[in-house]
Amino acid sequence: MTTQELLTWLIPIPPLVAFFLIVLFTARSRALSTLLAVGSMVISAVLGFSVFFIGISTEHLGAHPIESAIDWLSVGAEAIKIGVVVDPLTVIMLFMVPLTATSIFVYSIGYMAADPRYSRFFAFISLFAGAMLTLVVADNLLLLFIGWEIMGLCSYLLIGFWFEKRSAYRAAVKAFLTTRVGDVLMLLGIAYLYSATGTLNFHEVLRNPEMLESLAAPSIYLGGGISTAGLIGLLLFAGTVGKSAQFPLHVWLPDAMEGPTPVSAMIHAATMVSAGVYMVIRMYPLLSIGAEPHEGIFSPPMLAMGLIGAFTALFSATIAVAQNDIKRVLAYSTISQLGYMVAALGIGAYIAAAFHLITHAIFKALLFMGSGSVIHGMEHGEHHAHHEGHHMPEGFNPQDMRFMGGLRKKQPITFWTFLIGGMALSGFPVVTAGFWSKDEIIADALQQTQMGHGLGVFVFVMLVAAAFLTAFYTMRQIGMTFFGKPRSAAAEHATESVWTMTAPLVVLAFFALVTGFVGVHPDFPILGAILSPGESSPFHEFVGGTLLEHPEALPFNPTAVATSVVVALGGLALGWWVYVVRGYKEATQPDPVQGVLGGWLYSILVNKYYFDELYEAIFIKPAEWFAEKVAYLFIDRGIIDGILHGIGRIAIWIGYLFRSFNTEVVDGVGDGIPMGIGEFGAWFREIQTGKIQQYLLMALVSIIVIGAIFWFGG
Amino acid sequence: MGFPVLSAIVLTPMAAAVIILLMPDKYTREAKVIAAATGAAVLAMALFVYFNYDVSAAETAAAEGQSSFQFVEDVPWVEALGISYKLGVDGISAPMVLLTALAAFTGVLISWGIEERCREFMAFFMLLVAGVFGVFVALDLFVLFFFYELAIFPMYILIVTWGWKVTRVYASMKLTLYILVGSVIAMVGVIAMYFVAGEATGIYSFDMEHMIAASQSGAFDQVGYLGREGLTFARFWFPFIFLGFGVLAGVFPFHNWSPDGHVAAPTAVSMIHAGVLMKLGAYSALRVGVQMLPEGARVHLPWIVFLTLINVVYGAFIAFRQRDFKYVIGFSSVSHMGLVSMGWATMNEIGMMGAGLQMFSHGAMTALFFACVGMVYDRAHTRDIPSLGGMVQRMPWVAVAFIIGGLVSMGMPGLSGFVAELPIFLGVWNAAGVTLTVGSFTLSNYYPVIAVIGALGIIITASYVLRVVQQVFFGEYNAEKYGELPDITVLDKIALVLLVGSLIILGVYPEIMAPMVQTSMLPIVQVLAGGA
Repeated sequence: MTTQELLTWLIPIPPLVAFFLIVLFTARSRALSTLLAVGSMVISAVLGFSVFFIGISTEHLGAHPIESAIDWLSVGAEAIKIGVVVDPLTVIMLFMVPLTATSIFVYSIGYMAADPRYSRFFAFISLFAGAMLTLVVADNLLLLFIGWEIMGLCSYLLIGFWFEKRSAYRAAVKAFLTTRVGDVLMLLGIAYLYSATGTLNFHEVLRNPEMLESLAAPSIYLGGGISTAGLIGLLLFAGTVGKSAQFPLHVWLPDAMEGPTPVSAMIHAATMVSAGVYMVIRMYPLLSIGAEPHEGIFSPPMLAMGLIGAFTALFSATIAVAQNDIKRVLAYSTISQLGYMVAALGIGAYIAAAFHLITHAIFKALLFMGSGSVIHGMEHGEHHAHHEGHHMPEGFNPQDMRFMGGLRKKQPITFWTFLIGGMALSGFPVVTAGFWSKDEIIADALQQTQMGHGLGVFVFVMLVAAAFLTAFYTMRQIGMTFFGKPRSAAAEHATESVWTMTAPLVVLAFFALVTGFVGVHPDFPILGAILSPGESSPFHEFVGGTLLEHPEALPFNPTAVATSVVVALGGLALGWWVYVVRGYKEATQPDPVQGVLGGWLYSILVNKYYFDELYEAIFIKPAEWFAEKVAYLFIDRGIIDGILHGIGRIAIWIGYLFRSFNTEVVDGVGDGIPMGIGEFGAWFREIQTGKIQQYLLMALVSIIVIGAIFWFGG
Repeated sequence: MGFPVLSAIVLTPMAAAVIILLMPDKYTREAKVIAAATGAAVLAMALFVYFNYDVSAAETAAAEGQSSFQFVEDVPWVEALGISYKLGVDGISAPMVLLTALAAFTGVLISWGIEERCREFMAFFMLLVAGVFGVFVALDLFVLFFFYELAIFPMYILIVTWGWKVTRVYASMKLTLYILVGSVIAMVGVIAMYFVAGEATGIYSFDMEHMIAASQSGAFDQVGYLGREGLTFARFWFPFIFLGFGVLAGVFPFHNWSPDGHVAAPTAVSMIHAGVLMKLGAYSALRVGVQMLPEGARVHLPWIVFLTLINVVYGAFIAFRQRDFKYVIGFSSVSHMGLVSMGWATMNEIGMMGAGLQMFSHGAMTALFFACVGMVYDRAHTRDIPSLGGMVQRMPWVAVAFIIGGLVSMGMPGLSGFVAELPIFLGVWNAAGVTLTVGSFTLSNYYPVIAVIGALGIIITASYVLRVVQQVFFGEYNAEKYGELPDITVLDKIALVLLVGSLIILGVYPEIMAPMVQTSMLPIVQVLAGGA
């Protein structure tokens, strides 16, 4: 094993070890647990960054990745192997994941300081981080799935962290079960892939033209109307729909806000939801078998991704506009942005999807942690205000933006970093990372549109509309939270958070600005020439190597840039005018959007299109009804036991018949049998123990009888 | 032949039972110590057998299509009928012996607090364990049935005497009758096999290796059975033998004894019952049904797989709506045992290997579940899920153990359930080539659909496990009603650690068991593939 391979193997280990050590030994000591968790995460980050630097300085990493594997489960002559691989896609993840995860760990020291289950929290996020790093370095779908599932478990544990709160526990269960639906389909996809190819290794499948060609053959299922790869791809994509909260499995994510804020950041930005998109990016060569995006030919999985992704992007952006909970806005925004990536992959914009995955993870982690800092400040202020005898208005909630306002003066660091994150999310031109990655997706969609491909047109329209709304609700959020006058005593007394919380914000804010510069188009005025001296941007050049055929870079398209700039600035300006210039005066004042949309439309948005209620009515209730009334009471207790009890009754009857026969013919000896049978029918009546001999006797008689029948009959 | 370790495994608990029964009543403590010592001793011997089973020898034998039975003891018994006291294990039964020993030892530990006629309880428990061991190590069909019936008798006594007062009479009777009827049907089939194989080979013997050899030479595949063209012995008898044993494995629609039986039984007996006894059925169905009548298996398993599918989904659905904590686990066993039978029905290496692992995994997991339920019930005196709550505060060990068991049951990677269920699903999907023919009607490529629907079971499993965890262990603790419930004892903790430990070890390092199970499945898979 070379040093590079060893380093890669070691990346996920420290947090996993920390998890066990904290759970088994140090749970009582906060200091030790902190040291273990944060220390191990830092070690992992150092390892991760080392491999990152090795990776970016290696020529042709895509064709010759760092690889190492061991046998894990013997199946026939071939064992299922698990191993690690470092190719360009892994390398960029090894930048993003350790960076965000380490920030989150440090931030948690401050955020969780007052929590009685402090050590447990660090144990869980360590396991979470270990699982995500496992997923990132995995060289096959099985190990990826293992990391994937362990993360699902952690998210369940972390969302339900304050399990005394009923809503928290319910949200945890909802998250687990909803994502489980996707996971199970994904598992079936894995089973199908294994049965079709005999391997789950990424490179053996994805960089092997013969293998890919064989997968293009029509599937033996569904009447052959779809290729093998198409069906596998759809099943795998179902896993992403669950994990990355795409429509129609998006419902769990906003509820997951019940967990502590660093958890939201962890789940939403750095790890779990990104994992879903990472997986489809990873499997793209399989998903795109038979597709020629430039010719307007798409494979079924791509079609599904394009439609679902683009729809989700706009759909959840509309919901975000009407939410008042600071974290929920971000939750819907996350769903929307993940929709961007999925849609990008659907139209074949592989590089753009990967690029947005990285930049989004960074600025969304920043925003979530910023919102946590705001909530912390509000709670602090609420506490303080209570001391001074202020009463909170009815319905007060430290996460509700209607009770905030004016926090830019109380929390300057939080404000500036949040502003940067928000601008990146909105795609504020040139200086933010979000602009470059989002612009690239829009450029790809525009090119499809200009060629007149239907899917491209749909994706372009939806994404542009979503981009406008994104800028609008982001400005709304910033306006309601930081501008204007404080609308509650809590906001009045809010204070800036401790340095362990603000320092990670500053670090992430820095990267939310600069990360985009690795993906600037070479023909972009001025900047292109400086930042991208080659034929395409460094990011494109590097990540493209993951694929067998290096994807072509699009020509520079000023229309796409202009579109991005106009919608971003337009949305921001509108938000600025409505929520900052005109402003929110009172916490009780109705939202200005409500007036424009009208009451019923607005309440549809507030209630998230009633999807929770719909699912309750069409899935949960019928399932419960079926389980109890049909399966249990009707079939199990009614039919099956009914037949049994019927036989029992017949046996009693025969027993009486025998008895009369017996008392006539055989005195005494056989009395026990009918007696026993008679008592068999008296189910719940007490009978003395030890009657079992009679049944053994009966069994013996039946053997002889049946045996005789077959012996003489056969 | 060295030390007859398998006989020792079977006879030690039997001897312990006799000694305990002969002791005067007041020696309760001594009886418990003897039972625990016996449990420890058989566990040690089972581990010895497990780790000394020679996998490479099994590989060599498998290459020639033979099962490799090791630690064989062969003493003629009733020579005139071809009955011998023959014992031996292969890679499928060795893990089962280990599982039995594990359940027996932990069962004694958690039964320490039994007050009512504790001495007799331990004696019958030991007898039950002896019977179960006997079936797994038997290499003679007569011996197999001997122990099979031997296990049922103490089981009945244990449930009816120490069981849950409300249903114990009903449940014990139901269970005994179901299993007896099933085994009688299977036994008649085996007697028929004895005569047919005897006629074909000229040697009348219950020796299982002889029977397997006779099967491979085509003794059961001669057409014209019962005077019908196209019917063979194997085709006719397979469903009776497979489902006859399948009753004990809880195959739908013959599963109904099991939840009632599990619930009525005292904790340690539930652990053996669901943990081990159901495997007895699955194991015998495989060994006698599939391995000896492969031609029948090829014809019938393609429809029996639907029964197993019903098991998986339907059992999970019912578990989902139970109010009684113990019934949830009872129905979950129905569901999970369906996966074992489904694994047999794949008739391929990977699926059958997974089913072999699932037998161990489910055994340890269910034993753990019932131990947890028993611990909660003994203290809170109710199993009504909605009225429990917050138990994590009073019994953190139980809560953690139960959650780990729950994760096993929903197939969480890193635990044994995943390494067992993943191959089963891979196997089911891989079995796409299996076709079902009924008259002129042919169904093909339907196994993946089975996998898809079966996967629904995984989702429902997750929901009932989480529901129980939420309502029993989390939520609010009713201090007024329950007061200060005591935590579990040290012995209880040892039992939980042993069970949880085995689930984790198998999950993290499946190679500790997989090669052994897999090499022993090979000869069976080969005969199944033989005529296809």
